[in-house]
Amino acid sequence: MLKGHQSWLFENNPVIAGAAAIVGPFEGQGPLAMDFDIIHGDLRLGQDSWEKAERTLLEEAANLAIEKAGITKESINFLVGGDLMNQIISSTFAARTLQIPYIGVFGACSTSMESLALAANLVNSRSAQYVMSSACSHNATAEKQFRYPTEYGSQKPPTAQFSVTGAGVGIVTQNGKGPYVTSATLGRVVDMGITDPFNMGAAMAPAAVDTIQAHFRDFRIEPGYYDLIVTGDLSKVGYAIANELFDNNKFPIHQTIYKDCGMMMYDYEKQQVQAGASGAGCSAAVTYGHLLRRMRDKELNRILVVATGALLSPISFQQGETIPCIAHAVSIENEVRET
Amino acid sequence: MIFLWAFLVGGAICVLGQICFDVFKLTPAHTMTLLVVLGAIGDGVGIYDPLIEFAGAGASVPITSFGNALVHGALDEMKKTGWIGVITGIFKVTSAGISAAIIFSFIAALFVKPKG
Repeated sequence: MLKGHQSWLFENNPVIAGAAAIVGPFEGQGPLAMDFDIIHGDLRLGQDSWEKAERTLLEEAANLAIEKAGITKESINFLVGGDLMNQIISSTFAARTLQIPYIGVFGACSTSMESLALAANLVNSRSAQYVMSSACSHNATAEKQFRYPTEYGSQKPPTAQFSVTGAGVGIVTQNGKGPYVTSATLGRVVDMGITDPFNMGAAMAPAAVDTIQAHFRDFRIEPGYYDLIVTGDLSKVGYAIANELFDNNKFPIHQTIYKDCGMMMYDYEKQQVQAGASGAGCSAAVTYGHLLRRMRDKELNRILVVATGALLSPISFQQGETIPCIAHAVSIENEVRET
Repeated sequence: MIFLWAFLVGGAICVLGQICFDVFKLTPAHTMTLLVVLGAIGDGVGIYDPLIEFAGAGASVPITSFGNALVHGALDEMKKTGWIGVITGIFKVTSAGISAAIIFSFIAALFVKPKG
């Protein structure tokens, strides 16, 4: 049901029946290691290319989510998913293996919540019984495509972020005990004129703030409604800018706890990740791994995940274009929302 | 004393590159090209050779020295054979470095496969 200008309220209570988060070795050394289903010791996952490794990561996460939901692959109506690669090859090739009717989406790092919002909407509107939502990224494939090949050994400025090797998959269905996907707010493209692909956090922060404010405007609630609001991958630089923007707009973010997945994934003291983590797999693995576990343990009951994406292509930034950004918000709650 | 000057001059060239990175936000490729061109101009106006004399490896190791060597070869050959020497001499001094890069890259490619 449309709520306000750009939000959906899922009044038929779609639930996340199963979810899986699989990460690479570097993420496994971070503080959230215990909250992932599988940590791979080999960055290449035994494959002969990074691209194959990324799609294997996604296939494994998909199979594990199906197993945890206690269903068979055949009962899933649609797979809504995307990743960062050109032509979203990781998701497409994984969909070829999985043989689930496939809706490919691209929202850069915001894909994790874009896919979950669409999956929940399909289920909520009774267009599907089971929908799988997915997002993944791999450090080596993303670095190669958007920055420089790792072997080139190019210097990184302190504002740069480290792409997460990880995949997160959720299975949304009509009936169950929760956690419920209760609402979603889809963002518009915001471009504040930043051209530096080594400073995506700063580029994405205004988009995150725009979507968060739209969410609370559309639902006429206050930030205090949620136990936690978490942005996707703004990291240190973007997180500081977002807080400043909330302050300037007199938005009462202090009513709740506001965190960023990009700052939760790694240990800044021990791991050299500059500003923090990024990638579609960052918010996906943190949400489907860490946050859903905290909700299962009732440490958190109502969360708003705002995945942020920088919608640049290697060609657009080489031609000196600015970086258009977007953010999509999805709320997940342990109880059905009263309307 | 030459060690100190090598350190200072070599360091200054690297600082220049770092400033291109951090302040002017140039890409590594742009920075490298700029330094090569600066070295070439340096030799063209006749200051790079005295700099190498003065600072040794501090001036001959950084990439600016490559620009210097390009111009050096071209000018030397021009003196011997006339204007055509600009074309035939440009890689004369640098041929050792370029050939080594090609040959060793080829050998490396036989044994390892870049996946970046």
